[in-house]
Amino acid sequence: MIGDKITAAAFGIKPEKEKRLMLGNEAVAFGAWEAGVKVVASYPGTPSTEITEVISKLPDVNVQWAPNEKVATEVAFGAAMAGARSLTCMKHVGVNVAADPIFTAAYTGVSGGMVIAVADDPAMHSSQNEQDSRYYARAAHIPMLEPADSQECADFVKLAYGLSEQLDTPVFLRLTTRIAHARSQVEMNERADVPVKPYQKDVMKNVMMPGMARKRHLHVEKREKFLEEAANMMPINRVEIRDAKVGIVTSGACYQYVREALPEASTLKLGMVYPLPMTLIRDFASKVEKLIVIEELEGLIEKDIAAAGIAVEGKSLTGIQGELSVEKLRSIFKGEPAPQVEGVEDLPARPPVLCPGCPHRGVFFVLNRLGLRVMGDIGCYTLAALPPLNAIDACLCMGASIGMASGAERAHGKEFSKKTVAVLGDSTFIHSGITGLVDAVYNQESITVLILDNRITGMTGHQQNPATGLDIHGQPAPQLNLEKMVEACGVKDIQVVDPFDLAAMHQAVSGAVSRDEVSVIIARRPCALLSKQPIFALHIDGCKNCGACMKLSCPAIERGANGVSINPALCVGCGMCVQVCPFKAIKSGEEA
Amino acid sequence: MNTKFDLVIVGVGGQGTLLASKILGRLALNAGLGVKVSEVHGMSQRGGSVITHVRVGQEVFAPMVPLGQADYLLSFELLEAARAAAYLKQDGVAIVNTQRISPMPVVTGAMAYPETPEALLDGHRFEATDALRMAIQAGNQKALNLVLLGMLARHLDFSNEAWYEAIGACVPRKTLDVNIKAFDMGRMVVDQ
Ligand SMILES: Cc1ncc(C[n+]2csc(CCOP(=O)(O)OP(=O)(O)O)c2C)c(N)n1
Repeated sequence: MIGDKITAAAFGIKPEKEKRLMLGNEAVAFGAWEAGVKVVASYPGTPSTEITEVISKLPDVNVQWAPNEKVATEVAFGAAMAGARSLTCMKHVGVNVAADPIFTAAYTGVSGGMVIAVADDPAMHSSQNEQDSRYYARAAHIPMLEPADSQECADFVKLAYGLSEQLDTPVFLRLTTRIAHARSQVEMNERADVPVKPYQKDVMKNVMMPGMARKRHLHVEKREKFLEEAANMMPINRVEIRDAKVGIVTSGACYQYVREALPEASTLKLGMVYPLPMTLIRDFASKVEKLIVIEELEGLIEKDIAAAGIAVEGKSLTGIQGELSVEKLRSIFKGEPAPQVEGVEDLPARPPVLCPGCPHRGVFFVLNRLGLRVMGDIGCYTLAALPPLNAIDACLCMGASIGMASGAERAHGKEFSKKTVAVLGDSTFIHSGITGLVDAVYNQESITVLILDNRITGMTGHQQNPATGLDIHGQPAPQLNLEKMVEACGVKDIQVVDPFDLAAMHQAVSGAVSRDEVSVIIARRPCALLSKQPIFALHIDGCKNCGACMKLSCPAIERGANGVSINPALCVGCGMCVQVCPFKAIKSGEEA
Repeated sequence: MNTKFDLVIVGVGGQGTLLASKILGRLALNAGLGVKVSEVHGMSQRGGSVITHVRVGQEVFAPMVPLGQADYLLSFELLEAARAAAYLKQDGVAIVNTQRISPMPVVTGAMAYPETPEALLDGHRFEATDALRMAIQAGNQKALNLVLLGMLARHLDFSNEAWYEAIGACVPRKTLDVNIKAFDMGRMVVDQ
């Protein structure tokens, strides 16, 4: 392990305790690295993505993007079972995908420490639901730590590895958007020299058949009882007595809101949100007149405390919607409503939009024109649900588009699929669309699936995936051939189309939906942010202000009283508007 | 020395607002002050409204500036400045790039871009300039950040050296000259 010694200095980390301003996510990455993590496997998802991106730039760690969270967790588990410290990172909904290995990994336990970092998104800044991952800790009987700033992110990961190895369990590290994406100071340290333990075959521990699992379940129960007791003594569960009138039990970002909005209140700051230190809580409750839990999302801590017979309040005050804030707490507890400015509500909203030159635009323009029902999926292309494209009927979870199209066909008959398509991105298809396609072929549906292959995982900020031909470091990697993959699923009608060519796309889609078999169209064109199109000036001459080009929903085309204009600062010359204009008033540079 | 201030940076996803908060964070850290910055990543970067919170002080708790408490509003776009009006405290200062970028409802003609969105900031000190034009003059439209920071610098007590160090630490070496130039131009802005 000679490498481990020299690396800190080699990467600009000074041996004296340098302080840096870091995102919570970066701090998790550095903390895990300092804890000697050896294997990291993740699938991107806001707000968790930067943990894996940052750690991929540090030395002596094997870091990879997996096709989905289930595989990522299995790789991390395999590494931990084999003796190395491992990490997997995902957003809250990723845990749904990874839940299967996670629940049983709680039984087998680990050999090397295993940390599962999960980032919740209260207020849904970039998510489709507000689920609370703390439920998973309870359901799977896995301890969960929750940091309240970047320094704690780094410290708690290290603690998590210790707990994981000591208690023989994976450990959850829970973040929320305001911790993951907030910067505060973090002290840098050397990387610990943690050798990989030798691999040991242990059938009673690692083969979860009923006979073995029954024994391991006893271990799970014993471990949790032990930890419930130990939690009362853990310094990360910290009582701060101030005024005795109100005592607040809280954790994570909420702790910060409480300290600022209610500086006089006594607090019990939980660093571990599962299992709870009930003796400590009971003792704290006895020192204050009134006990209140301040937690975002579900009232989990409150319910557990109430179930222990301690008088407590919480969700009746804060509710379960969205995120909390200093101003919300001031309003609830001090009757000081947040200031408002009249007229702000009436300003035009600024929703996110498909970028100028985005290849997805051509596909949805055509789908809208053809008046098709669109079973959508999750990615940049979900933005096509908004006006003026209005081209998505449903969006549930990653990969669901294909199953939804099959189900709708089952409900209404084959004719339904002549007016319906499923649309999903390359990364999403690999994540969990493939099994849906296998199902559709096997069960002889007639659905049409469009795979929007923009050669990257776009929405989460450009991560490589198995179809891009590059690994997480940007190095060449074997490239998954989507055509062959689709063919191997049993699809016979396969077309590859350039989404910039609207006529070709129109023809391909009309043909595919009309056929009584599963059809797949791969719309292939790299993300506009990755491959700048050659810029050629677009002119307008003879605009009749008919508005046809406005249906493209292109941010570079703007409509005035006298016709449309094209913003040269935004236009990348994709030429879709040229094809759409019925009066040939938009001309590309070459023609002009 | 103002060792405690709250600042909100707003703009349109893709305008590069994160560089400004990075420089401010570095500046505060170098001065030995506590600092927290709250950023927006993900969905809203695709041309949507973006907001970054910067809080400097001895002890900072929440990473977001509470409404009505910002000492400064740094806005990269006029409409976004208006949208963030409620963040400014009574005697807070709005530093605004007068550029107008039409959001989708305006692009499609469904709504009009307000004629004087800055009216929502009435009662606050309002410093506006065409910072984009100045950035282009300085040599790169991306230096818009630095023009606005230059305007902000006039309100804060950090030394020139401190600013230059923080800028140098945060921008690519080959763009340093342009950025410093843009910053200096920002400091010279004459109130409109
Ligand atoms: C289970 C799950 N994991 C991760 C995410 C986060 N996420 C949303 S969209 C997306 C990637 C979409 O990539 P792709 O399908 O290639 O479409 P693009 O954005 O490039 O158009 C990811 C990872 C999620 N919503 N759900």
